[in-house]
Amino acid sequence: MIEVLYFAWLRERIGERAETVETEAATVADLVEELRARSEAHALAFSDMASVRVALDQELTTMDAPLAGVREAAFFPPMTGG
Amino acid sequence: MSVRVQAEPFNMGAEVDDFTAEMTGAGAVVTFSGLVRDEGGTLSSMEIEHYPGMTEKALEAIRAEALERFSLTGARIIHRYGPLKPDEQIMMVATAARHRADAFAGAEFLMDYLKSRAPFWKKEHGADGTDWVAAKDADEAALDRWSKDR
Repeated sequence: MIEVLYFAWLRERIGERAETVETEAATVADLVEELRARSEAHALAFSDMASVRVALDQELTTMDAPLAGVREAAFFPPMTGG
Repeated sequence: MSVRVQAEPFNMGAEVDDFTAEMTGAGAVVTFSGLVRDEGGTLSSMEIEHYPGMTEKALEAIRAEALERFSLTGARIIHRYGPLKPDEQIMMVATAARHRADAFAGAEFLMDYLKSRAPFWKKEHGADGTDWVAAKDADEAALDRWSKDR
């Protein structure tokens, strides 16, 4: 089980801040495939992966990162701090 | 606290005084503050979203790297979130070092990294509706110089 968080326009498109997902996905990319199948809103949010970043347990990482042992996955657009 | 993420405004002058007082042995203090641009009067407000928990960790990590790379005496980062009006302060960094070159470079490094590696997202509310601010290619390019330089 993994807690999936969304921020900025991903949150708005999906309409949820967070959801708990039952998954056997091996990598982030596999998890994204499963999330896309959840609803049209999810599919739309994950339609342009060049604009999606991911953090696992609050550390930035890449879509090929393994999910074993991960409790929290967060998806968001490129950051715009400062 | 050397890293603060808060909704409330901060007093730049008081922060710089406080920071400077802690910096025994430093010969230079550099400060920067970022403001909400009014975009020629078209911006009514800006909203900053962040990722509580990760934001603090990311800023701490960026700060630790700056301290080491530029031999800083100290560094302070304050970044706000929530709704902000044009001309309000969004954030500040202060760095201190024995000499000014390191203090300047450390402040630039902090700014470049926190722009695209700290989980903040800006949304603008203006005359034409609301829009998430897009990250700029230039922001990523700004990070490259720090890997080539050293």
